[in-house]
Amino acid sequence: MEEIWSGVLQAAKLIVSLNPEIMGVTARSLVISFVAASLAAIIDIPLGGLIELREFFGKKVLVNLIQTLYSLPTVTVGLFVFLLLSRSGPLGGLELLYTPTGMVIGQMVLISPIMIGLTISALKGVSPQIRETAVSLGANERQVILTIIREARFAVVAAVLVGFGRALSEVGVAMMIGGNIRGYTRVLTTSIALQTSMGNLELSIALGMILIGISMILNLLLSRFQGR
Amino acid sequence: MIMPLLDVRSLGKSYSHSEILRDINLSLERGEVLGLIGPTGSGKTTLLRLINLLEEPTTGEILYEGRAISSRPEGERIAVRKKMAMVFQKPIMFKSSVMENVSFGLKVRGEQSSLEIRERARDALEAVGLSGYERRDANTLSGGEMQRVALARAIVLQPELLLLDEPTANLDPRSASAIDCLLKNLAGGRTTVILATHNMMQCSRLADRVAVLVGGRLTALGKREEVLGWREKSDLRESTVPRFDLPW
Repeated sequence: MEEIWSGVLQAAKLIVSLNPEIMGVTARSLVISFVAASLAAIIDIPLGGLIELREFFGKKVLVNLIQTLYSLPTVTVGLFVFLLLSRSGPLGGLELLYTPTGMVIGQMVLISPIMIGLTISALKGVSPQIRETAVSLGANERQVILTIIREARFAVVAAVLVGFGRALSEVGVAMMIGGNIRGYTRVLTTSIALQTSMGNLELSIALGMILIGISMILNLLLSRFQGR
Repeated sequence: MIMPLLDVRSLGKSYSHSEILRDINLSLERGEVLGLIGPTGSGKTTLLRLINLLEEPTTGEILYEGRAISSRPEGERIAVRKKMAMVFQKPIMFKSSVMENVSFGLKVRGEQSSLEIRERARDALEAVGLSGYERRDANTLSGGEMQRVALARAIVLQPELLLLDEPTANLDPRSASAIDCLLKNLAGGRTTVILATHNMMQCSRLADRVAVLVGGRLTALGKREEVLGWREKSDLRESTVPRFDLPW
């Protein structure tokens, strides 16, 4: 117990002193996950809108499949994206393996089911009469979808925040696609894993505290949006 | 012979085993006001929704300016829908300001600058007695105010055909009377109106012709004096429209 307390104290000192290693890893984590969540949102929110608002064969099965993929193991996604990006894979020529861009792609694949699924749930909560009112006022399909997304904007933002949180806290994709290269692809989660295995508990705890702090801020934002 | 703006031919609508409308035939000239009266559940709303192309008929056809529209591809249906506006019985407001709500239809048309749109929206709000409400959250308004915003949202489009489903049902008598005046002014212009209502007095004040819908069938259609005068006969009151509470 004493060791843990001493670790926490040391960790707090490292954070307060703005340790460059810690700050670098934290900034990299935030940037990679933010880019992944933003790009995923641009694709997934309209896609969720199309799935929810269009009637097509197999829609129910597709929605069930998307919901099942919420709990997709990160290492499985890591493996899948690794195979895609590895030299002999279909996207090997792009040389994205062990790069931040590759990590962004991996995180996008990981969080897309969550963002699409939560967008579908958010849009389900909008009264069908809103759609009808928009249609009756002359809106085309794209304008109707945008109107409905706008009506559910707080729930949709919450979906993006959940996706961002998942991207930030995952370790499998970051490790397998990024390779945990110091100063390049090392992020909070992979750094915690590495530092713990190396016995640098103070650094691990400091990084863990930052990760928990970010998660708490995200949760606060989430509850703010979900309450509206 | 002048081509009618709207021509409804043998129109029918059924949901699973329930027949809502059967063999509806009517036509409307430009600038005309048709009062559509009938008891609750008689199919008035369904008829308006079919004309607004929100639903497809089970049988029959709707012609707009001589062209069949109900079975056209969605792109063409949107183009025709843009010539119309509908005010629903229970108005639905978007989660935004009154100004945003009233401007919606003009924005989706994308034909005017935002300045022109705001100007027209302000005029429409003034017409329904809601000047100064532009920045209010539309969903915090009273039922009557929402109904007036919905009306402003429709008239701002200057539609060729205005479909009104009980537009004054949620209003107090004073507001209802103001809306009646507005509709009367509209009716004098280029707008053709179908007014579905329970309110026979409103119908007699505004309509040029009256259609009576009972149990999904058109039981009477003709000039206001003819139909409403004809309806005063006791035999019709008892046999055809028994649930009506006639005010005369």
